[in-house]
Amino acid sequence: MKVHEVGGGRPGGDTSHAEHESGTYKPVFVGSAKQELDELLTRYPSKMAALLPALWIVQHERGWVSDDAMAEVAQLLELTPAYVKGVVTFYTMYHQHPVGKYFIQVCTTSPCGACGAERVVDALLKHTRCGELGATSADGRYTVIEVECLGACGFATPVMVNEEFIESVTPERVPQILSQYL
Amino acid sequence: MGFPHASHAKETPVLSQYFGDPAARTVAGWKQRGGYVALEKALGLTPAEIVNVVKDSGLRGRGGAGFPTGLKWSFMKPGDGKPHYLCVNADESEPGTFKDREIMRWTPHALIEGSAIASYAIGAETCYIYIRGEFTEPLAVMNAAVKEAYAAGIVGPNAMGTGKRIDVHVHKGAGAYICGEETALMNSLEGKRGNPRIKPPFPAVAGVFGMPTTINNVETLVAVPHVLNRGAAWYKGMSHSNPKSTGTKLFSVCGNVAKPGNYEIEMGFPFKDFLYDLCGGPTPGRRFKAVVPGGSSVPIQTMEEAEATLMDYEGFVAQGSMLGSGGVIVFDDAQCIVKHIARFARFYAHESCAQCTQCREGTAWCTRILERIERGHGTMEDLDTLLDLSEQMTAKTICVLSDSCAAPIVSGIHKFRSEFEAHITGKRCPMGATAAA
Amino acid sequence: MADAQQVSLTIEGRTVSVPAGTSILEAAKVAGVLIPHYCYHPGLPVAGVCRMCLVEVEKAPKLAPACATAAAEGQVVHLYSDPALDARKAVLEFLLLNHPLDCPICDQAGECELQDYVYREGRAQGRSHEPKRFNPAEDFGGDVLYVTNRCILCTRCVRFMQDVANDPVLNVSERGDRAVIGKFEGKDLTHPWAANVIDLCPVGALVSKDFLNKSRAWELDRTPSVCPNCTQGCNTILETRDNVVVRMRPRTNTDVNHYYLCDEGRMDYRWMNRTDRIEAPLVRHGDRLVVSGWDDALRAAALHLNGKRAFVLASPMLSNESLWMLSRLAKRSGGGGGFRVRLGTEAPLAGVPDLVRRAERAANVRAAELFGFARSDTPLAGMKDGDVLIVADHEMAAADASAIAKASAVIVIGTTMPELVTNAIIALPSTNVAEEDGTFTNLRGRVQQYRQARSAPGMSRPVWWSVGDLLTFLGERAGYYLASEAFAALAAQHPEFAGMTYDSLGLKGQALAGAVAGVAGGASA
Ligand SMILES: Cc1cc2nc3c(=O)[nH]c(=O)nc-3n(C[C@H](O)[C@H](O)[C@H](O)COP(=O)(O)O)c2cc1C
Ligand code: SF4
Ligand code: SF4
Ligand code: SF4
Ligand code: FES
Ligand code: FES
Repeated sequence: MKVHEVGGGRPGGDTSHAEHESGTYKPVFVGSAKQELDELLTRYPSKMAALLPALWIVQHERGWVSDDAMAEVAQLLELTPAYVKGVVTFYTMYHQHPVGKYFIQVCTTSPCGACGAERVVDALLKHTRCGELGATSADGRYTVIEVECLGACGFATPVMVNEEFIESVTPERVPQILSQYL
Repeated sequence: MGFPHASHAKETPVLSQYFGDPAARTVAGWKQRGGYVALEKALGLTPAEIVNVVKDSGLRGRGGAGFPTGLKWSFMKPGDGKPHYLCVNADESEPGTFKDREIMRWTPHALIEGSAIASYAIGAETCYIYIRGEFTEPLAVMNAAVKEAYAAGIVGPNAMGTGKRIDVHVHKGAGAYICGEETALMNSLEGKRGNPRIKPPFPAVAGVFGMPTTINNVETLVAVPHVLNRGAAWYKGMSHSNPKSTGTKLFSVCGNVAKPGNYEIEMGFPFKDFLYDLCGGPTPGRRFKAVVPGGSSVPIQTMEEAEATLMDYEGFVAQGSMLGSGGVIVFDDAQCIVKHIARFARFYAHESCAQCTQCREGTAWCTRILERIERGHGTMEDLDTLLDLSEQMTAKTICVLSDSCAAPIVSGIHKFRSEFEAHITGKRCPMGATAAA
Repeated sequence: MADAQQVSLTIEGRTVSVPAGTSILEAAKVAGVLIPHYCYHPGLPVAGVCRMCLVEVEKAPKLAPACATAAAEGQVVHLYSDPALDARKAVLEFLLLNHPLDCPICDQAGECELQDYVYREGRAQGRSHEPKRFNPAEDFGGDVLYVTNRCILCTRCVRFMQDVANDPVLNVSERGDRAVIGKFEGKDLTHPWAANVIDLCPVGALVSKDFLNKSRAWELDRTPSVCPNCTQGCNTILETRDNVVVRMRPRTNTDVNHYYLCDEGRMDYRWMNRTDRIEAPLVRHGDRLVVSGWDDALRAAALHLNGKRAFVLASPMLSNESLWMLSRLAKRSGGGGGFRVRLGTEAPLAGVPDLVRRAERAANVRAAELFGFARSDTPLAGMKDGDVLIVADHEMAAADASAIAKASAVIVIGTTMPELVTNAIIALPSTNVAEEDGTFTNLRGRVQQYRQARSAPGMSRPVWWSVGDLLTFLGERAGYYLASEAFAALAAQHPEFAGMTYDSLGLKGQALAGAVAGVAGGASA
């Protein structure tokens, strides 16, 4: 297994460069997404407080958070794009690059590690043909990353596939699990 | 109950009684099980009366620090003309801890009820439940429950028909352990990086949005309706060792143990009994080697210490550790302690918010040294360096994440020094392939 | 009993009394004790992140960050106790962990707070055997280059842009030891005050592209000065190397510019090094200006002025002393004077009250008006036919050409030969702001001194000196040897300046009597 930097890399690699969506950027916050944001804004005494929820909407709509989207959110919430980027890079769940159709997160923190999480990672890398952590499989289907404790340590090893939370994954269960995400 | 296992006779299922019971997730189901009676009762009391009952019960914060809940609430001054807020800490990210997750998955209305009572008691009209982003299922359950509670008039502008406003909003985190630290959570909620704040000012003076705020852990809040329903004396009665530790506590158990899960016991329960009876002891053919009893941030215990512990705030301290968040991580004799301590350090290096020098640099440096030792390239001086760095990472920073990184390192080296030395002298991990589990 | 508003505490054995709410770090300054610090800066909100300022407070359970801990009655603070020394030593070791230690090629070397404190209190040898992290340097735009590896993440730059400039274009990106200062692609440090982050950066992480590799800090001579480039009157330090001005930096004055300079003003120093100077007094012989001695040139000028009205076109960049002396020259002849001021866009620094790069791009507009020079876009309109025109370092515009022709003679007093003036009969070389001692009066009426930073080229002299001598030749004793003497004479004649001397001005200046109380004019201490 690849020994990565302390703290781990992010999927897709280098984050220091701008990532733009291909073609002309189409705003996320139109129609129902805009309505959702407007409703969210009523919940907080400041616009800034809607930042994390707004970024979630972006990721839900586009699968990742591009620089263009950060600029759009910044404008809507009266922030600067640099500010938004500082926030985006703080949180590990926002993708700053496109990822595979199925984004697979495996907990490898000690409690899960003690129960064999590393073998689950190996099995996932093998069966998804991703090859290495953070890389997207050639068919664009999967990206596998290691994450820190998912708060389900009694159900080692927990694996998240997009929004699905799967408990007690063993290397043996991996092929059957993946067969549901094609 | 020892979810996902059936309840053990020695447990006292109060908070966990309805774990695994999907019918408890609806307003109707919750009411059938005695829900929302406490809220109704609370709204008929004065805030001060509620605070006093909670004070009398001896309830202490279940998020890790064990601060007396009633006392915390009493810092809020209703009627000071400012908006007050309640933040519910559902960021549960401490390795080894997964109790709040089950509370929210199975009994979302317990949390809404407890939060509504607390909001009223501290003079808050708005409550934010901050749930870590990875908790997709608890998020979905909580969102549905909040929606239903609004529809049923339990919360909202006219909570329970009393004319009092109690808004409850679910806020989704986005991947950052540090957001469980109370002031980091407030920053995150405000749309900022989750950087812990310097205290003072304390949240009761200037919390989220600069306003007086109380923050409580999920488990703390779900205990409150029970305290109101059954009285402070009843709650205080569940204390078998130190009178300062009262009530029931959920312990999450994970690692190398026969029956991992959540167990609810009364304060002061013998840890030995807990590990070997309730949790079923080690897996077949194995022996326990060490326990980290309160989430990854507390000192590691030898089995001698663990087996001598009575499970309450003071009991864990007396045996060289802390109760912390109640996340019991068990390692058996196939596990390499050096490897796990290194992995804990890597966790903190990953999660450090990067503000404080000692934490930003120290967590990463310790990780590199520990991983080098684990690979067989360590020296004896490395151990001294690690202890010195840990000392310099303790009690020097804005929050205690830095201390949390140091605690397992220091206790690990002191209590399992021979394992570190074996890696250094043998130039490899003595457990070899077995350590991979 | 201590005053309710004051608390007294003991720091390193020295007892001081400070207003309640003062931090231990600031209280220590009052006691004359410097508590090492990085993230703290008096102009920025407290961050409390570098942890360099940890001190031992007796009876406290742990070390306290001096920048973020309020002084309290009876506190006993130790800076040099073992726990405090160990904590600082550790912070320094942590900061050096990934630091490239490229001091030999770092512009900050010699004025670097990391270097200084490591030298003073750090370990002789670091203990890390691990590889250092590496990140490439990044051009932040404007004058600013970010040398990532040298950054200690004190966040001063981020806080300046966010809380003082109100233009948060910098952020902290990532977390843990991957954290760096970041910006958004395409959004540069173009704010008109952005270059202040270079001064605020305690290490060599933010460096000036303009100054890059120009000089080692210890080769520089530093002279207190005042920015000549607008009416705000920001206090500066002129830095020279081998008699050349190489950098202009802010000098703290919380009544005027706090800790800052605007980018345009800061960068506008090259003219101080111009080499196309009038270096000697020149007198016209036929169609040529010929080098002469001072006395000959002044005598010739006096001859031309005798009995004639003088009209003085005076640069609003001249000192109070020079403008005053020129005004005497005009007045004694019943003549007049005027000036034009170059205008630019205003640029306020949002977080500091009354700190604005002013539209008037010259330092001494207020004094020019005070001494009777009329501000106008066509300043020569006031000149009468037959007047002797004295052009005192004033820039000429095309529109002035026809007016010049009306003068009976043109005398130039200046640093360079003004464009369009082809028929000067006499030219007297003068010094610029970097080459003389003098004072300016800013728009709020604050009188501030600047000092000579480089030697005057050739035979050039301050305008007040040559004009004083000229007055003497005309029979009005006005010979002064020192700028301070000229200023004292000015102060004696102008009630607004009553009581002021160079000593009383000090390096922070004083407000004119009856000056409009603005923050920048400020009441002086
Ligand atoms: C690094 C760090 C992480 C924390 N994470 C959590 C958490 O995930 N959940 C939680 O309830 N408390 C957490 N805490 C404790 C909170 O700061 C706070 O003490 C708690 O939420 C207060 O609630 P209580 O009084 O009900 O325990 C954490 C503290 C630190 C320093
Ligand atoms: S101790 Fe670590 S996590 Fe806590 S504030 Fe400091 S840098 Fe951030
Ligand atoms: S660039 Fe300089 S001022 Fe900015 S954080 Fe780094 S060290 Fe501090
Ligand atoms: S504001 Fe004016 S005085 Fe200040 S630095 Fe800029 S140009 Fe110079
Ligand atoms: S350690 Fe894997 S879920 Fe907690
Ligand atoms: S100066 Fe006090 S923490 Fe940085």
